[in-house]
Amino acid sequence: MNERPTPSAHKGAVHRPVIHDSAERHVTGSALYVDDMPELPGTLHIHVGMSERAHARLRAIDLQSVRTAPGVVAVLTAGDIPGVNDVSPVHAGDDPIFAEDIVEYAGQPIFAVAAETLQAARNAARLARIDYEELPAIITLDEALAAATDLAPAPELRLGDPDAAISASPHRLSGTLHVGGQDHFYLEGQVAYAIPGEGADMLVHASTQHPSEVQHLVGCMLGVPDHAVTVEVRRMGGGFGGKESQPALIAAIAALAARRTGRPAKLRLDRDDDMVMTGKRHDFRLDYELGYDADGRIQGARFEFAARCGRSLDLSNAIADRAMFHADNAYALPNAYVHARRMKTHTVSNTAFRGFGGPQGMMAIERAIDEIAFALGRDPLEVRRANVYPADGSALTPYHMAVTDSVLDELTEELAASSDYRTRRAAIRASNAESTAIKRGIALTPVKFGISFTTTHLNQAGALVHVYKDGSVHLNHGGTEMGQGLFVKVGQVVAEAFGIELDQVKITATTTAKVPNTSATAASAGSDLNGMAAAAAAQTIKARLAAFAAKKHNIAEEHVVFEAGRVRIGNQEMSFAELAHQAWMGRVSLSSTGFYATPDIHYDRATGRGRPFYYFAYGAAVSEVAIDTLTGETRLLRVDILHDAGRSLNPAIDMGQIEGGFIQGLGWLTSEELWWNDEGRLRTHAPSTYKIPTANDRPDDMRIAIWAKGENREPTIHRSKAVGEPPLMLAISAFSAITDAACAATGYRAFPRLDAPATPERILMAIREATGRAGKK
Amino acid sequence: MTSVSMTVNGKPASGEVEPRTLLVDFLREHLRLTGTHVGCDTSQCGACVVHVDGTAVKSCTTLALQCEGADVLTIEGLAQGDQLHPMQEAFREHHALQCGFCTPGMIMSAIDIINRHGGVPDETTIRHELEGNLCRCTGYHNIVKAVIAGGEAMAPGRAAAE
Repeated sequence: MNERPTPSAHKGAVHRPVIHDSAERHVTGSALYVDDMPELPGTLHIHVGMSERAHARLRAIDLQSVRTAPGVVAVLTAGDIPGVNDVSPVHAGDDPIFAEDIVEYAGQPIFAVAAETLQAARNAARLARIDYEELPAIITLDEALAAATDLAPAPELRLGDPDAAISASPHRLSGTLHVGGQDHFYLEGQVAYAIPGEGADMLVHASTQHPSEVQHLVGCMLGVPDHAVTVEVRRMGGGFGGKESQPALIAAIAALAARRTGRPAKLRLDRDDDMVMTGKRHDFRLDYELGYDADGRIQGARFEFAARCGRSLDLSNAIADRAMFHADNAYALPNAYVHARRMKTHTVSNTAFRGFGGPQGMMAIERAIDEIAFALGRDPLEVRRANVYPADGSALTPYHMAVTDSVLDELTEELAASSDYRTRRAAIRASNAESTAIKRGIALTPVKFGISFTTTHLNQAGALVHVYKDGSVHLNHGGTEMGQGLFVKVGQVVAEAFGIELDQVKITATTTAKVPNTSATAASAGSDLNGMAAAAAAQTIKARLAAFAAKKHNIAEEHVVFEAGRVRIGNQEMSFAELAHQAWMGRVSLSSTGFYATPDIHYDRATGRGRPFYYFAYGAAVSEVAIDTLTGETRLLRVDILHDAGRSLNPAIDMGQIEGGFIQGLGWLTSEELWWNDEGRLRTHAPSTYKIPTANDRPDDMRIAIWAKGENREPTIHRSKAVGEPPLMLAISAFSAITDAACAATGYRAFPRLDAPATPERILMAIREATGRAGKK
Repeated sequence: MTSVSMTVNGKPASGEVEPRTLLVDFLREHLRLTGTHVGCDTSQCGACVVHVDGTAVKSCTTLALQCEGADVLTIEGLAQGDQLHPMQEAFREHHALQCGFCTPGMIMSAIDIINRHGGVPDETTIRHELEGNLCRCTGYHNIVKAVIAGGEAMAPGRAAAE
């Protein structure tokens, strides 16, 4: 079912599986990432000195030997910062670039060394003598809850009367689930290259999803207006949310070194430093209590979440909010209560990661539904289908938004049929009875994911389009390319608008100098927002061209039509290039900005009500697993995915997002385990100890399809749907399938309360605990 | 400093390096061949794979001096003018990349797999042999497809002799 790209037919049109615009450069090694750019003469290299304690007072920082070490040009501390020592993305003032009196995580930057070579900087940094006075450190989420270290108040969502509904239900259950965090492990680590200009000007090449924020925070750090700082990014070697707020720290240190020395300065973290110093996905504790009827229909639900935020606020409020918004996942809850506490710990400040709290939020209800099905002796799919949001729009989310675009009933049934779920489930149960050591499990789980930044004002985007007098087009917009294919999609939109070939459109690096005040390329909203902004810019130029041609040829404007490389003007035809040339001769402006703000969205955080999302993206997956009950090892045998990408702008790109998102989610829920020791030091800071999926972890049989009936009911760009984050949560099907297999290991006598990630150890512990409970019955 | 000489992508290359200089740094910094990437610095992710005397090595844990007199091939040396190597062409056509950072190392490993097996091994073998090359964007599916297609184009009709 895989869409094959058609590389030879480089047609501009949307809805075609066009290959990635950088594919040729990627395969020849000529695609430039920040660290590949030619270095200017005099470029300095930076190494950061980090705290070795999780929580301590800095009694003395002795950097004398660092300053005098060979090759060292500058040693930078908080005192060297001309402006504000803070890179908090929410201006909370709690993300110092360099620690001043207190350190609050092991890995926190204290100073930086800029030297002639990276080796010299690294060697010099080791000579620092830091005198720490240790303070009590809170490392785990449970310690934070015990000490009530809430960073911010937790708002509530409430629909109906959940407590009364739960009490009145014929059946009830409650439980707790711990879900681990995740390192982004973008293959290209954090990097920034700062080049001082004349006066106060600073140019920063940064690997960032959020150039405007890097610009602003570097400006604040230097004490200069935003206009003095330009941030540019052509591409990232992966982002996944890890380059949303985190790059500001890296860019600020590079820019500070450049300002203090007057020389270009580069900071590239090596992998271990990157993993220790920068934020990750939040781990969560999820407590749930549900009441349900004999058919498994949920009558009322209470969700009490707690997120480990680490040492500062960063984006934790929005992330915990999104976890709350997804506590219902795909299920209509007539009565619900949701809240999520935001806990401070003395660990690295956790941050955005694909799904942005949504994946963690969904885990509780998916576990609960598996448990309901076990209690009632039913197929979990039946219970899921009994609870999914109806297509008729009658159900409200816990934040009182009517779900009017649900395709869950149709989509899950289509997938159940195409994957042969029911037959396979029966066969698996039969074979489990025959097999002692190896147990198999299967699960179908749906995803409903809200699309829009829940912070409403972020839902805006700008673009800049120039048509040159030879008919070639320069495209720029505020979105950033991290491999997801945003640039080619927006390029297709513009090529479609002008009726030209995609290779006539030059897709250019994101820069704050061309499009200002942009939002992060995040929340899956890149194509939705920037595609619309670019289309608006193209439309403005098209309207000018049409008016010019109509006047010149004395016909009505509607008779000027742009299509397939030609422009029809009444009965005549000319190439787009000819018209562009004539319009230039006729002194018509061929450049325009474009702007888009998502309509109809609003949310009141105080009352927990509104329409925070423009629409929902849907999908479902079936996973089949086998576990070895002697070792706890898991193998994913087969995965079937049906995903709603609306009318896909580019099916080849979207297939890549679906498959990649699933595998990344699989890593989060099965093999990727972050582990801090009692002193708060991360001990899994390299791929040797932190295991992301390899080619060999991918299921042997993986069948992915974009839902043929998909079409966005809202007037999004060519009726497509956002596809960056939603597929990650399809991997919950693998977690549920592991739960099913672990349940088989108890002889289906007890429900295994598995935590995530489902490592072999956790699987064995869950089976042992469940078997123990079954034995007592 | 010590002098080192080798052949890189068919051309003589030499320079003055420290004994500790890694091959990847010699390639990237001295020769400006930046298509070879550093992903993990510790020979696990495979973004830095190049060929030394026809064998795939991780250049982030190979000393430049170890390659004295050797024949080194990097991603930049694969294409013949505008003509992509069949494995490059396969990765391009099969959408076997997203952010592209792992792609050069992935392609160099893929060619090595085909060379060592004398043709295209089965899919399970390919997946097993790609374990030393991490990709964080894709689910490896199109990468495996590209290795098969590229391998077949390198040696048409030849299955691996196993």
